[in-house]
Parts: sequence; C-alpha cells; structure tokens
Amino acid sequence: MKVVRSKIAENQAIADKIFRLSVEFEGEINPGQFFMLKTTDNAFLLPRPISVHDNCESRAVFLYRAEGSGTTKISTMKAGDELQLFGPLGNGFDLGKLNGRIAVVGGGIGAAPLLYLTKKLGNNADVYLGFKDCVYTVEEFKKFASNMLITTEDGSYGEKGYVTDYIDYGAYDVVVTCGPEIMMNKIMAECKKNNIACYVSLERRMACGIGACLGCVVMTKNGNKRACKDGPVFFSEELI
Amino acid sequence: MADLKTKVMGVEFKNPVLTASGTFGFGEEYSELYDLSVLGGICSKGLTLNKRDGNTGIRVWETPMGLINSIGLQNPGVDSFIKDELPRMKTYNTAIIANLGGHCEEDYFEGIYKLNDSDVDIIELNISCPNVKSGGMAFGIKASIAYNIVSKIKKICKKPLMVKLSPNAESISEMSIACEEAGADGLSLINTIQAMAIDIRKRRAVFNNTYAGLSGPCVKPIALRMVHEAVKSVKIPVCGLGGIMTAEDAVEFIMAGASLIQIGTANFVKPDIAVDIIKGLTEYMDREGIKNLDEIRGIV
Repeated sequence: MKVVRSKIAENQAIADKIFRLSVEFEGEINPGQFFMLKTTDNAFLLPRPISVHDNCESRAVFLYRAEGSGTTKISTMKAGDELQLFGPLGNGFDLGKLNGRIAVVGGGIGAAPLLYLTKKLGNNADVYLGFKDCVYTVEEFKKFASNMLITTEDGSYGEKGYVTDYIDYGAYDVVVTCGPEIMMNKIMAECKKNNIACYVSLERRMACGIGACLGCVVMTKNGNKRACKDGPVFFSEELI
Repeated sequence: MADLKTKVMGVEFKNPVLTASGTFGFGEEYSELYDLSVLGGICSKGLTLNKRDGNTGIRVWETPMGLINSIGLQNPGVDSFIKDELPRMKTYNTAIIANLGGHCEEDYFEGIYKLNDSDVDIIELNISCPNVKSGGMAFGIKASIAYNIVSKIKKICKKPLMVKLSPNAESISEMSIACEEAGADGLSLINTIQAMAIDIRKRRAVFNNTYAGLSGPCVKPIALRMVHEAVKSVKIPVCGLGGIMTAEDAVEFIMAGASLIQIGTANFVKPDIAVDIIKGLTEYMDREGIKNLDEIRGIV
C-alpha cells in the first residue's frame, strides 16, 4: 500500500461509458482489492475507489464506468498522463476459502473485480455475467472461465433476462458475486436457501479508503464494518 | 535550517502540524503508510463517554472542492480509547490530543475524569459536532452556554483544555472570549459548517439527518477569517483548521495568528499529505529566511 504517481499505459472506451484503464504498478495485488485513483490536478477532490480488473506485466488494470464527475474526468486521461494511485487496498477474496464447485456472478460493471479472481481460480469456475443491453469484457472472461453464460435484459446477446434466473444453485459449493444490490440480494437469498457459501464484493461511497474516516460502514452481525478496510469482500452470512 | 518547534499550552510540539479529529482515526491506518513521528500531533477520532455506532445511511458526499460528512461520532468510547488505542498512539512519538464530545454535561464530566488519568497531552473539547441530534453543537452556538460548560469542565480538568469552536456559533469573537474567560487554555477552529445535499433523483435529502458537516478547501476562506477573528479577540493560543491542503495554506493560517494548524479533509485526498505540508513549511521558511514561525505569526 503506497501513494504513487503512475503513468497510464492505456485508457480506452470498450463500450458506452465503460473504460479499461491500465497503469504501471509493481507489487502484489490480491483479487478483489481496489485502488484510490485521482487525477493530479484539482479537477475533483476525493480519489475514486476502483477495483482491480486484472494484474499483469507490471500493470494494474481497471474497468470503470464514467458515471460522475471524477470517473468522467479520469476517462479523458490519455496514455502517458499521470494518475495519483493509492493502493492496493481492502481485503480482497480469500482464495483459500474458494473450494469445490465455484460460480462467479457479475452484474454490469460489477464484473470488474471478477476477472482477476477468475484468472486466479485457474479455469476452475463457471462465470455468469448479466448486462442490461451492451456487453463488454466477455472475451477476457472466456480465457479463464470453465463455462460461461451471458444474459442481457433485452436478449440482444446471450440469454434474455436476469442472470440470477439462469444459475443452478444446487450445482455449486460456493458463489462469488459483485453487481447491483438487487442482484446480490437475490443471490445471497438463494445461496442461503440452498446452504451454499456466498461471498459478495460491496461498493460504497468512501473518502479515505483505508478505514480512518468511517464513511463507508456496512452493518454486519458483528457491528459496523468498514467496506474499505474490512471489505470490500464480505461473507454473506455476516451481512444484515 | 528553519526551526518548526513550538510550545503551546505547555506542550512541546515538533512542528505546528497536527492531524484533525475524524480524519485520521487513531492513527493506526496511516501508520502503515508513513512514520507518524514526523507529525506535530494527532487529534483522536471524536470520543464520547460510551461507544457509539454513528449514523445510518449515506455518510459522505462530495461537493465541488468540499466534503459533507454525517458520520455521527462513531467511536469505541473513552474507556476503550484509553485501554486499546492510546498505548499504541503513544508509541508514535508525537503529541496526542483526545477529542471529547458529549450529549450532556454529565457525559463531558465523566469523560474528563477518565482522560485526566490517561497519557493524553491535551483534551480538545468538541462543543461543535453538527452530526449528533441531541447535545453536540447546541453547546457551541451561544457564548453564554459555552461559557457555562467550559468553566465547569475547566474546574475538574487536569490536562490543557483546547475548545473546538463551531463556525455555526452566533459570533466567533464572543464565543472565543467566553471560552477564554471560562478558563480554556486554547481554541481550535473551525469544525465543519452545517450543510445539506439533495438527491434529485430520489427527491430527498442525501443524509438521514438532513443536515451534515461541510469541510475541505471550499471552506478555507471562511475558516481563515474566523481564525483571524478569534486570534484578535483572545490571548490564548489558537489552532487553525479548515480546508488546509498545502504548506501555503498553513502559512496563511499562521499569518492570521494560528499557533498550530490541523490537516483534515486533505488526509483523504492524499493520505501522506501531512508529510508534504511539513516539508513545504520548512522549504518556505528557508526560502524566506524565516528562522522561527513566531516571526510571521499573526502579522496580518
């Protein structure tokens, strides 16, 4: 964990408002961890927490949606420009606990932290990705997924409808998910019903990214936990 | 080379740069990033007598060059602070300031009794938190109410007492004088400014408590004016804070008369920014031929 100024190797739109950003980074990263990213000017105040999409060749790769002022500004940065990079932060996924038959389920930009995880799981997980209409990063996942299933709400690609409707929960020992809350709530409920372990990666507004400001707390059965420091990955049974 | 050492409220500080309450936890997280002994001091997360879970709902919201927060004083309570946090904080080899808030007089008194017997260097009395429904800021609005609570606390407090003022006070000048007359050893200001944000998509206030506290560079000119006003009103030392992002900002507060400064929201922008500011202060003084900050303190 350190603060560095890092050069952008690539920052490209791969779908509507969806960008893949690659920056120089030397060091260990656990899948599920994130960095706080900020432009080096004063275009916006707080760094933005962005999860690691991939890590290879001394680069940290991020997948993000240019949604608000911060990420929109970051999306205008070009290769060679510098970013303030702080991380890697958070706990990430505990690979030691991901055993047996594994389903990895991503919804929209929630797919971002799951690619590096799937890669680390070594062609050992089935991957389910759900999108609203346009799909992205599917080809990257194909390289590491044991099986793939894609859904779009309008049926323009893959199966039609919600990805949660296509998972045979009984076929798995553990489900890992990241995406819209409504999707993750459905998956957590199904996993509970089927007595399957479930790990979720949560997204929260945060200021410091390291556990000091208490801006990103999550209510758990063991009291308030910090999404940035104690998470962003939580065991679903712990969450209220 | 410039000398940044300063003695304030009977406490020796390596330099005048402290980290502000609520932006630095109890230092542990930042200690993984840099050697905290470079700091002049650390103000603890706002403490209350008993543990608090803080507010529900959205807690932080960014505005143009500002941050609104509604944490609600989530903290482990004074006993846990003294037992679990303070021994580690003392190893950081820097001044430790306990920030104490309360709902009612009895809460403050009991907290003070406990902290009297601890190793903290200074108690920063928070009479200005805007994010707690009962108590909190109510003590920090009217000078007569502040005088009443501060004078009672001063009678039992064995540590140097620095009162943290609210920018929402009716008059900063009157509030400063009231605290000085009540026996405060120092003042710190400003706490966050009461503010609001609305989620137009949901058509409701962003925060469950509707109002919350604004900090960051957008409040700096207001904070600077209030520090200047407080310094002109009293003889006790004043610690200035509010939107300090650079060494140049810190110099402005010192020129306005601040004896110490605190770094708050900037810790979130760049977690090791206090190091940059201390270094920048030294460079500025060397460049300008200033040997000691007394040479420029309050010159404006």
